[in-house]
Formats: sequence, C-alpha cells, structure tokens
Amino acid sequence: MDTTILLFLLQDGITNGAIYALLGLGLVLVFAVTRVILIPQGEFVTFGALTYAALAVGKVPGTARLGVILGLVALAFDLFAARNKLTVRTVARSAVVYAGLPLAILGIADAIANPQNPPALNFLLSLVIVAPIGLYLYRIVYQPIAHASVLVLLIASVGVHLALQGLGLVFFGPEGLRGPPISETAVTLGVLRISGQSLGIYAITLTLIVALWLFFGRTLYGKALRATAVNRLGARLVGIRTSLSGQLAFLLAAVIGAVSGILIVPVTTIYYDTGFLIGLKGFVAAIIGGLVSYPLTAIAAVLVGIVEAFSSFYASNYKEVIVFTLLLPVLVLRSLAAPAVEEDHE
Amino acid sequence: MAQRLPILLFALVMAAIPFVPGIPPFWIVLLDNIGLAALVAMGLVILTGVGGLTSFGQAAFCGFGAYTTAILTTSYGLSPWLSLPAALVVSGIAAVILGLMTVRLSGHYLPLGTIAWGISLFYLFSKLELTGRNDGISSIPPLAIGAFEMRNPNAIYFAIWLAVVLAALITVNLLDSRMGRAIRALRRGHIAAESFGVQTAQAKLLVFIYAAVLAGLSGWLYAHFQRAVNPTPFGPHAGIEYLFVAVLGGAGHVWGAVLGAGIVTMLKEALQSYLPLLFKNETQFEIVVFGILLVALLQLAPNGLWPRLLALLPFKPRGPQPQTAPALPARAHDTASTGPLLRIEKARKQFGGVVAVNDVSFEVGTREIVALIGPNGAGKSTTFNLVTGVLTTTSGRISILGQDTTDTPPQKVVRLGVARTFQHVKLVPDMTVLENVAIGAHLRGHAGAIASMLRLDRGDEAKLLAEAARQIARVGLTDQMHQLAGSLSLGQQRIVEIARALCADPILLLLDEPAAGLRHQEKQQLAGLLRQLRDGGMSVLLVEHDMGFVMNLAERIVVLDFGTRIAEGTPETVRSNPDVIRAYLGGAA
Repeated sequence: MDTTILLFLLQDGITNGAIYALLGLGLVLVFAVTRVILIPQGEFVTFGALTYAALAVGKVPGTARLGVILGLVALAFDLFAARNKLTVRTVARSAVVYAGLPLAILGIADAIANPQNPPALNFLLSLVIVAPIGLYLYRIVYQPIAHASVLVLLIASVGVHLALQGLGLVFFGPEGLRGPPISETAVTLGVLRISGQSLGIYAITLTLIVALWLFFGRTLYGKALRATAVNRLGARLVGIRTSLSGQLAFLLAAVIGAVSGILIVPVTTIYYDTGFLIGLKGFVAAIIGGLVSYPLTAIAAVLVGIVEAFSSFYASNYKEVIVFTLLLPVLVLRSLAAPAVEEDHE
Repeated sequence: MAQRLPILLFALVMAAIPFVPGIPPFWIVLLDNIGLAALVAMGLVILTGVGGLTSFGQAAFCGFGAYTTAILTTSYGLSPWLSLPAALVVSGIAAVILGLMTVRLSGHYLPLGTIAWGISLFYLFSKLELTGRNDGISSIPPLAIGAFEMRNPNAIYFAIWLAVVLAALITVNLLDSRMGRAIRALRRGHIAAESFGVQTAQAKLLVFIYAAVLAGLSGWLYAHFQRAVNPTPFGPHAGIEYLFVAVLGGAGHVWGAVLGAGIVTMLKEALQSYLPLLFKNETQFEIVVFGILLVALLQLAPNGLWPRLLALLPFKPRGPQPQTAPALPARAHDTASTGPLLRIEKARKQFGGVVAVNDVSFEVGTREIVALIGPNGAGKSTTFNLVTGVLTTTSGRISILGQDTTDTPPQKVVRLGVARTFQHVKLVPDMTVLENVAIGAHLRGHAGAIASMLRLDRGDEAKLLAEAARQIARVGLTDQMHQLAGSLSLGQQRIVEIARALCADPILLLLDEPAAGLRHQEKQQLAGLLRQLRDGGMSVLLVEHDMGFVMNLAERIVVLDFGTRIAEGTPETVRSNPDVIRAYLGGAA
C-alpha cells in the first residue's frame, strides 16, 4: 500500500470520525439524561447544514418558521398541562420561551439574511435557529411520556425522525446543497494538506468531549442530570427539575447536531435525508461506548470513520454494510461480557 | 375452543369479502397489503409484545424470503411451491445467526442491534449482484395451482389471507401452551422462569426464529404478488413501520397485528390520496403526518388499540380451563439417603467490597422446617439466590442430597427438587393464576413448540393444567384460579407463588417471606399447609420476619446478621441467645 494513500485515508477517516464523535456525544448525552434514544439526531445535522447553506445564499430557511410553529405548539402543551395552576409569571415565562424566542429569531433571520453575510455570522444564526427546535421537540413529544419505557421513547423518536425528515424535504427540496467553508486557511503537513475546516472540526470535537466529560463527571449540576435518568422520582424529590434537564439535554443535542452539519456541509453535499445515515454512524460509536462513556464513544467514532474511509476505498459498494456490521461483533462482546443481569425492566 | 371460534368466524368473513358484489378491486389490493403486513406484525407481536424483544429489523427477514424465491424461481426455474420451504428455511437460518448474536442483548441494545443489521442487510440486498442490486429481480412467476395462475390481486388474496389465518391459529396455539407460557414469562425478567427450568435463551431464540419465519412467509407472498422485488420494501424504514403496526395494534395481542396492519395501510393510502389536495404542491407531507400521528398515538394509547377494543366487549375472554386428566408422575423420592437434604458449607458472596454472605454454613434435613431469620440486609435472600443458582458463590460449597450444586444454573437446581418463591413477587401479571402456577410444572411437561403450534400437546397440557389446579386448590385459591395474577392482593400473590413452587413437585421448598401481607387467619392456614407438606415428606426453608409465625412453625432457626451466622438452634434457644437479642434490639440490650 502507498503511504500517501494510507495517510489520506487516515486523515479522511479521522475527520469523519470527529463528526461521528460529536453526534455520538449528543446521543450519549440525551440518553444519559432522558433515556431517549435520539434517532432524529441526524435531522439536526441536516437542518443545521441546510439552514447554513440557505443563509449563505441569502434565503430565510424554512427551519426558522418550523421553530415558530413548534414553539407555539409547545406553548399550547405547556399551558394545557399547567391549566389548573397558571400564574402570570409562568404564563409570561412560557410565552417568552415558546413564542417570543422563535418569533424573534425568525424576525432577525428575516432582517439580516443577505448573501454577503460573513460565514461566521451565518454559522451562529443557523445554531440559533436550530437549537430551540430541539427544546420544543422535547416539550411536545417526550415530556408527556417521560416516564414511559425506553422502547416507547424509542418508537416516538422514530416518529419524530420521520416527521422531521419529511419536513426537511418540504423546506429544502430534493436537491442537495453545499455551503461555503467557514475558514479558507490550510496547513500543509508533509504530503497532507489539512484544511482549516478540518482543524475546526477537531478542535470543536475535542473541546466538547472534554467539556461534557467534566460537566457530567465533576459538576453538581451534571451529576444531577445523570441522576434524573436513573430515577426520575428520586431526582424530583431532591429538587431536580426533571423536565428542565430534559429540555436542556435536547437543546444541547440540537446544537451538537447543527454544529456537525455546518462543519460538513462545505465538504459533502447534504440532502434532506443524509442526516439519518450520518446520525446512525454516530450511533454505532455511541453503542460501542456503551451509551455511557464520552471518551470511549469518541475513540469508537474515530475508529468508525477510519473503517469507513478504508472500506470506501477498497470496497466502496459495501461501505455501509461494513460500517453497520462492525457493530455486531461489538454487541456480541458486550452480551458475553455482561450476561443477563437484567431484571424487571418494564 | 373459545379462542379458535373468532378465528373461524374471521376466516369466513375474509373469504366472503371478494364475493361481495360491487366491491372495488382497489380494496382487494389494499387488503392484500394489509395481510402481508399483518403476517410480519404477528411475528412482532410474539417477539416484542409477548417476549419483550424489540426488533426494527423484521423487514430484512421479509427480504430473505422474497429474494430467496425470486432467485430460485427466475434463475433456476423452480416452482414457487418448492421455493416456499426454501424461503422459510433461509429466513429461519438468518434468524438463528442474527439471533445468536443479538437476543442475548438486554434492554435497549437489542433494538439498536436490530437497526444496525437491518441497515446492513438492506445495503447488502442493494449491492449484491445475486440480488440484482438496486434494480432487484423482475418477472417472478405467479403462484399457480394447476392451470389456475394467481396473477391478479383477487386470486392471490386467498393465498395471503389463508396464510394470515393459519399464522393466527398457530400463534394462538403456541401462546396457549407450555412453551407459550415460558415465552410469556420472558418479558418479566428471567429469574422466575429459570427457577422453574425454562431455558430462557432458547425461548428467546425460538420466538426470534418464529417471527423471522413469519416475515419470510410474508416476503415470499410479496414476491409472487408484486412479481418483482427491489431493496426498498426491505429497508430500515419498512422495519420501523412493521414495529409501528404491532405497537399501534397492541403488541401482545395476535389480533392487534391485523388491526394495526389495517389501520396503518389504510392510513398511508388515505394520506397519499388526500394530503396532496390539502397541500397543493407539497407531496411529502404524507411522511410528516405519518410521523406526527405515530407520536400522537403513543401519547394517547401506549398499549395499542386492541386492548381498548377488548375492553368494550360485553364478555371477557376466558383463559385456559383445567380438565380432569391423569396425574403427573411424582418425583421418585430418595428415602434411602440419611444425609442432610441441603448442606451449605462456608458459602460466601461478595458484591465488590460488600460481603453479603460471609462464610455461612448450615444444613436442612429431610422432613424439616428451618427458618432463616435476621434483620434487613442480613443476607437471607442472597443465601436463597446462592442455593438456587441465581447468583454464583464467591467461595464455599453447596450440595443437595450429597450432590455438589455450587454455581449450578437455576434450571438444574430445580431438577434436583428445589423450588422457591421470591421476596418481590415474580408472577406474570397478565396471565391467569392457573397459567402462572402451571409454569411451575414446566419441567414435568414435554411438549415442544412445534407440537404446541399443531395442537399435538393436548394430553401433556391437560395434565399440567390439572396439576396446577390441584396445587391451587391445595393453597386455597380455587376461587381466584381464572383471575389475572396482577389483580390479586400482594398476600394472595405470595400464595400463588407457593402453589407455583409446589407444582414443581419439590423435595425442598424455599419460601422468601411467605407470610408478609397475610392476615392472621391466612397465616394460620399457611402454617397448617407447611406442616402438612412436611408431614408428606417435604422440607421447608423459609425467610420470615413475623417472629410469632416463625417460632410456632420452625423446628430449627438459623440467624444471620450482616452476612454472618450468629446463632442456630431450636426456637427456645435462639430466643434467649444474647447475640440474637443484640442484633435485633441494638447493642444496648
């Protein structure tokens, strides 16, 4: 094998792997806090990427309108759920978070959308547009069934995934889009040319891994969030607001998904349904990490990226087959390592 | 019979539908599709609803069935009837391989694993030369009986719905049998089922294969219905949809599969026809609305629609009824041996740094009632788990009738004649008392899954149910025999557990807090029953907190405190033992 090819494949694998790591982290985060297996993580990727691409050509993306619609539905849910104990303060809070915020975002997007905007501004605006969608989804879909089994939550996730993917097609059409890179700089390292874009991906991934790891392992609030997942009632009894922590987890997951999408859209053409497959590769990594460990998930994600890069070079037709089959031996090892310790999970 | 009458009725109605004058041909196509989806969903009902194993990958098994027949009939010119067994066998073998890898996974790993291989197989179908890549395989011959070729939807309708009716019949038969009870016990955890000899891993693999074969059958029919196959209907989204069908209909109910398939198929059709009218040019709202409906249904009816329909019925469906049947052969009692029945020597169990059981030794003789007492956390239940093989020992030795049973799996321990109850009741709440108790006799029956499906197990089954009814009568719960176990009071559920244990025909009965939740009168009756059992040759080892109950009943008492045996002897000596008093009343006493 040619060393140059080897290095190129490794670089490609690591860059993709870093994206999978980000998504895997989001999945672990959401699962750790809410027990939801976030199949629609991929849609956040698509939404982030396509929102950014639409802003780059000066269009106001449909996702901004979606935020308003979801916000209003969430507001209705919130007011209905609290209909017997409404106070001016709670109503005002709900109205600001669920109606005021998305309307303001839509207004800003409308006002400043311009093809001449610098990429950094569009980057931030895309994040601001996509992030609340995660929060509202939690309020509408998951909060009412927060006590349900992992299976029910999982099927709900599938429903959300289907709906969001369909909306992606409605908003952005069947053609794929590309966005401008956030940075044009590049570093040359021997035969390799590492773009500023890739460096940005590495930096953001590493920062998030360390931040999440510290947050959940070291801070009281992070530990409180983990406690919520293990025992909701117990967490509430000691004063943790479980619905708030769920909303926060979803907000973070949406941000992570959108960041991943914006990072890859300059490199890969993103279609309305691309996110699903990318998200699932994040899954492969998250499962290898046992849905609990952030560092292990990140390592696994880089491995997935490298395997994918090599299989697309040597057996491009079977790339997906190889990547998803990779999961099976891992699952077998897991099941052998931890035989039937379950009991009464209902 | 009660469960089979609706199937007959249903078959007649379905057979009559195509002959209704003026029925639009399009409805028949829709019904064909409903039947195909119902077959797959029926497998999921058993797998997910009853067995508790979630699979998003059933569409891939349809693919195995469809591609097998497509390849065999087009490339090798085989008759579809000959490719049918091949299609079923291929789906079954695929299920064995994937099942061995995935069904041991617990919790959420299993569904995620099924998503992974579901996607992997979809790409395999769409890339392999053998399966025609993305174009698939076309010009598949129609099903034919002699000169009658099932080319149109009206003709294949009968083949599809015959398959659905037969599958429903076989599935209902399977669930109402010895193996069926074992499968139904899976969802509530392994420990209780394993303690009565159920090989849970095998039972899981069995339902996995069964569901895959049903999906393979659906795929085979699909291939000859469409006369062409391509990868799309066997992809991850189809797999998700099948699971949705099962959950919507009511996972756990055979007819829920048909109901769910009907609703989802018609809903999709309606969305495709009417949504474009609502949203002029936007054609893709169909999937959006579908996703939203899925979420809404989960929020409104998480248990599916079939149970809601059942609740509207004026009469309640009845569970199996016991009939008079010859008694099961009793265990050959080893009266010759004089050694202790159960001997525990320096048994130790550590969980990390915590020593739950600390080198505990004691014995239980034949025809003896021994009580194991001690404050909470003393290691009593852990000792039970060591004896029955639920937990493995860290060190030490346990033997039953001189035979070493240290770290023997629970399924083998029960064969030696040790049956138990649990501190936290482990019954299947949606099974009747009779069915729950019959699980206790699992090892005394022999009928396998195939015999049950074909109803060849009736002699065996009648004996098991008669035995269960006898044991229920013995503990005095005959009036509750046909109620669901979950509807009984906790005290009664404990008694049901005793009846279940007696069904195993034990020589040693381990009872974990049997008197908790009983009224005074009931405790008296329980004590009477236990004495009677002892006089009949059985030994009893019980954990109990009710000292009055223990002191009057037990011949010998073993006291544990913080995992260590601190006293042993007759009730009188234990009662006056200073260590025991200190353990119960604190250091100052």
